[in-house]
Amino acid sequence: MEKRVTFQERGLPYLLIAPQMAITLIFFFWPSGQAIWQSLLLEDAFGGNTKFVWFDNFTALFADSAYFASVRLTLVFSALVASLGLAVSLLLAVMADRVIRGASVYKAFLVWPYAVAPAVAGVLWGFLFNPSVGVVVWLLSGIGIDFNYVIDGNQALLLIVIASVWNQVSYNFLFFLAGLQSIPRSLIEAAAIDGAGPGKRFWDIIFPLLSPTGFFLLVVNIIYAFFGTFGVVSSLTQGGPAKATEILVWKVYNDGFRGQDLGSSSAQSVILMLAVILLTVVQFRFIERKVHY
Amino acid sequence: MVENRPWLTAFSHLVVILGVVIVAFPIWMTFVAATHDQETMLHAPVPVMPGPYFFDNIKTVLTSGYNRPGSIPLWTTLFNSMVMALGVALGKIFISIISAFAIVYFRFPLRMTCFWAIFVTLMLPVEVRIVPTYGVVATLGMVDSYSGLIIPLIASATATFLFRQFFLSVPDELAEASRVDGASPLRFFWDILLPMSRTSIAAMFVIQFIYGWNQYLWPLLITTKPDFYTVVMTVSRQASVVDTVPAWNLLMAMALLAMLPPVAVVVIMQRQFVRGLVETEK
Repeated sequence: MEKRVTFQERGLPYLLIAPQMAITLIFFFWPSGQAIWQSLLLEDAFGGNTKFVWFDNFTALFADSAYFASVRLTLVFSALVASLGLAVSLLLAVMADRVIRGASVYKAFLVWPYAVAPAVAGVLWGFLFNPSVGVVVWLLSGIGIDFNYVIDGNQALLLIVIASVWNQVSYNFLFFLAGLQSIPRSLIEAAAIDGAGPGKRFWDIIFPLLSPTGFFLLVVNIIYAFFGTFGVVSSLTQGGPAKATEILVWKVYNDGFRGQDLGSSSAQSVILMLAVILLTVVQFRFIERKVHY
Repeated sequence: MVENRPWLTAFSHLVVILGVVIVAFPIWMTFVAATHDQETMLHAPVPVMPGPYFFDNIKTVLTSGYNRPGSIPLWTTLFNSMVMALGVALGKIFISIISAFAIVYFRFPLRMTCFWAIFVTLMLPVEVRIVPTYGVVATLGMVDSYSGLIIPLIASATATFLFRQFFLSVPDELAEASRVDGASPLRFFWDILLPMSRTSIAAMFVIQFIYGWNQYLWPLLITTKPDFYTVVMTVSRQASVVDTVPAWNLLMAMALLAMLPPVAVVVIMQRQFVRGLVETEK
């Protein structure tokens, strides 16, 4: 889409777009270029000697079982966060859409978590699940479950999934609710007159019409699980115990800043960049197709 | 409602109420923990109802942080977070509204190149390119400064797209009329476009304020002096320190203060918030 009417000035548009372009070039293209360049270099720990090693950092990564463990973990983690997050928020949105009285009050109560920083969300859930004073741990011990995320890797993973889903639920909920409210009432009414019950109406009409929203949210949630959850991991588990929660974005940070292995960290950055670009392209492909329908 | 099914409606209420309770539970427990003294919070089971020490705890953390030698008063970090959040929100709105104006209302060589250059930034969150971005900022000498906290984060495509989308929906006749009347482009922007964009700006502000306030990794890297610490990173850092005798009451009071401003913005400006959220993702 383009404007028919435009202004004729020659210099002015460059002036207007200059700040945005300057910041994009300096803080986006320059570092991204550096990431690619650094991923091809081998640097010793003191930064003294660097040498160009082609794709050695990548081959080293692909030969590293710890990296694949982290990839696998990230996939499991984001599948859990996305599926649980979408399921819970879809349920809440469908139910909130059904009730007329109180719907806006419910909505007001469900949008809060979006405003809580992932790092702070991690602190809150760490308190609830603290091995010595956590109220949930105390309740669980009452029914014979021993929960200690500090030493049990699976429980640590479960905890960061819960905290991440909690943090993301309001976002999903708002989009599902908006999607539900944009479905024409007449469709639902027609189906009801034809004798379709609420369950059938949901699966045959509402669910298919919601699928574009669902797909969009799926991509957003996967990207969130990949990157947005850094704060959760940092506050709660720091990748531990024994790397049980070392998702890729934590590993990039950990290898680069704590391990000072810049080559490997940059190579990981480059791979992550490719992953995000792939996801974004998939999403745009899909949106384009949707527009044609 | 299409038909009357009282049981189903009651069930729906029940599910949503259960959801609200689960969603609100961590926030409630945070509040409760912030209202007791340290001793009470050291032994399970911890209370689930508030105690009398709320204002004492808040006052302690505001003036002396976690109340240990070397800890920073939370006031300082709250102030830094406020500067950063406002800077990021206003900076983003400013640079993206003028660049959207340039892209929509002018034809110039390299226009599409600029458009795509901005567009690609949509794809890569800061977390992905964190090490090299830090390198660039260090090279420019922006470590430990407000500009280092703010400027690298204000290049973002979302706001530019929102405003572009909005400008495209503005009737052409308005621009035509002001051109006929001899108004300069900047005058048209200032007198006509800007007042019309008020709601979009408000929506954008809410989203970007939360984004700026909740930044964690960036301030963690870019600040080494406590004078520039933000509140979110301070809380998280304190939480990951293993203490022999943890002061849960103070930590939770800190967490409460860290989430108060963005939550308040969302609650007070809920309409703009929902609008901003849904519109930026179109």
